[in-house]
Amino acid sequence: MALSRLSSRSKGISRPLSAAFSRSISTDTTPITIETSLPFTAHLCDPPSRSVESSTQELLSFFRTMALMRRMEIAADSLYKAKLIRGFCHLYDGQEAVAIGMEAAITKKDAIITAYRDHCIFLGRGGSLYEVFAELMGRQDGCSKGKGGSMHFYKKDSSFYGGHGIVGAQVPLGCGIAFAQKYSKEEAVTFAMYGDGAANQGQLFEALNISALWDLPSILVCENNHYGMGTAEWRAAKSPSYYKRGDYVPGLKVDGMDAFAVKQACKFAKEHALKNGPIILEMDTYRYHGHSMSDPGSTYRTRDEISGVRQERDPIERIKKLVLSHDLATEKELKDMEKEIRKEVDDAIAKAKDCPMPEPSELFTNVYVKGFGTECVLCSVQGPLCEF
Amino acid sequence: MWGILRRSAVDGGGFSASSLRRTRFALVSARSYAAGSKEMTVRDALNSAIDEEMSADPKVFVMGEEVGQYQGAYKITKGLLEKYGPERVYDTPITEAGFTGIGVGAAYAGLKPVVEFMTFNFSMQAIDHIINSAAKSNYMSAGQINVPIVFRGPNGAAAGVGAQHSQCYAAWYASVPGLKVLAPYSAEDARGLLKAAIRDPDPVVFLENELLYGESFPISEEALDSSFCLPIGKARIEREGKDVTITTFSKMVGFVLKAAEKLAEEGISAEVINLRSIRPLDRATINASVRKTSRLVTVEEGFPQHGVCAEICASVVEESFSYLDAPVERIAGADVPMPYAANLERLALPQVEDIVRAAKRACYRSK
Repeated sequence: MALSRLSSRSKGISRPLSAAFSRSISTDTTPITIETSLPFTAHLCDPPSRSVESSTQELLSFFRTMALMRRMEIAADSLYKAKLIRGFCHLYDGQEAVAIGMEAAITKKDAIITAYRDHCIFLGRGGSLYEVFAELMGRQDGCSKGKGGSMHFYKKDSSFYGGHGIVGAQVPLGCGIAFAQKYSKEEAVTFAMYGDGAANQGQLFEALNISALWDLPSILVCENNHYGMGTAEWRAAKSPSYYKRGDYVPGLKVDGMDAFAVKQACKFAKEHALKNGPIILEMDTYRYHGHSMSDPGSTYRTRDEISGVRQERDPIERIKKLVLSHDLATEKELKDMEKEIRKEVDDAIAKAKDCPMPEPSELFTNVYVKGFGTECVLCSVQGPLCEF
Repeated sequence: MWGILRRSAVDGGGFSASSLRRTRFALVSARSYAAGSKEMTVRDALNSAIDEEMSADPKVFVMGEEVGQYQGAYKITKGLLEKYGPERVYDTPITEAGFTGIGVGAAYAGLKPVVEFMTFNFSMQAIDHIINSAAKSNYMSAGQINVPIVFRGPNGAAAGVGAQHSQCYAAWYASVPGLKVLAPYSAEDARGLLKAAIRDPDPVVFLENELLYGESFPISEEALDSSFCLPIGKARIEREGKDVTITTFSKMVGFVLKAAEKLAEEGISAEVINLRSIRPLDRATINASVRKTSRLVTVEEGFPQHGVCAEICASVVEESFSYLDAPVERIAGADVPMPYAANLERLALPQVEDIVRAAKRACYRSK
């Protein structure tokens, strides 16, 4: 990995910089070029360059946001065990580089749709920690007013279309969003994310076929964390080369633990999709937690494997090494940043715990946009609550 | 024929869109039959409704198998591809799960798809998208993501198409909060309800009937206007009566009207309610009618268990029990997969005799 040392970055100059971002991220946009750790593997296309354009600001913000995402997911784990989060809770820790790299390559006009492992995608699209924790705990200030839950986060003003519980369904939906973008001539693309488990779903291939026929700007992103719940990829897929499964659709295999590789791939995919229609990105990534909080995650894989990935490929560690080697911060400054993040997360949780649950009358709201006024359906047991 | 008319109007210039439409309809109806009243087939009613809504709103587009070049499997979308082009009318591969998901996604992003299922039997391949992706989204997102989509197509039994092509899905879809479910009978129903459905910001399941497509109905001037719309959630009293209330929807409305004629000969005055809207069900109209007649017969083509009739009976028993003078009656399709043989198929579906017999039973005239 080529480390470009900027000659102006002596320790003396970096000190006021670090003082600045112990309060906030540096606004210094000095360009840096980062090499991806691995080359891209391509199917039916020419892979992009391994040299990724970035900036000091971007590098630092990658660290900060990924650390925030990591801390948020770990805090959610504790809240679930404390029974403040109920039902399903699918955590994303380990996969942060995909969310962050993607955001760095696109705008809020580009759409993202994903499955149920959606907390970090929501954060990346501009959602707040408070909205996340309030929703997870079923409170009225949650991003879905407490009515969605962990699997149903949305942020339409940032073109984030959820948050879907049915495996694979989000892919045709994403191709439909891409259809609308093309129909309305928006010059934007849609990233439809799915896992290696969903990659075998028939509706994916139906949607890909139509996307290719109609040249839709759909980018299918397979977050291959190698396990579909408890089933390893080699037990579920005859061909686990997910980037090739599009057959006539080009694909790229990307090191999903390298935020810069993800950024480069998403930038490449966006340019491709706007001109040539669909493309598949396979992100080689890993989740530290089990499939969900109900799954220990250790009955179908070894603890050595998990700790091995954490040691060798952790996405935040990689960024941390880059920050340090570029002299953008000291170890202590990064530790201080992590402390700040922890506090931010704790504060959001405390505030969310104080947030009330939705009003009972909310039971009957939002069933329709255009409801029926005072005509109540089956409300003999509900009494006057049922006007909608 | 309409395509040709349109082209000559464009060449000639000077025609406004609405005057052209009136001219077209006048030509059609003048050829159909006696001078005076206008008539229209259900097919033409549906076609004109889609055409007008596409003309009024560029976000409306049509998608489905054979809707474009083939002119529609049942010719409901005839002429639309020529008129609006391939950017508004999309022929899909035979992949319901895929194209329905794409339609719902397009609706998420603000377009107004009209998705055709060649029959609703095939909607089962896409039912997850209708229910989990469309019906529930506005609620799960607390109002962020609404889904202004229409799923339409023929529903229920046709003639001799066998078990896999004859099921009625009214009860299935109408049980889902978040969906609106409509079932037109006449040409006026078809026009008004489809236009309302396309304009509606919520997902609508629009259940047509293949055997009704070719039937002609009188149609008013008001119904021919391009702004015509029927309210969703209101039933229509097709025939007033005082002895027994008979509710039904879709093709069965015709059968019930015939039964009402027969009953009238025997001195029983039946009030016939055309539901038009299965969800929401017009409980107010149904109950007001039963409170007047004291007797209820509900009729549907679909399977009896957990059917639309069951829901109506429950509603009437809950709300108007003390007004009932007889047990509520359900006439539904037989509890069997649809057989092919013509005689068995006839036995599997409600016939006029069955409806007459049930009404007489409710009036204590027979066992």
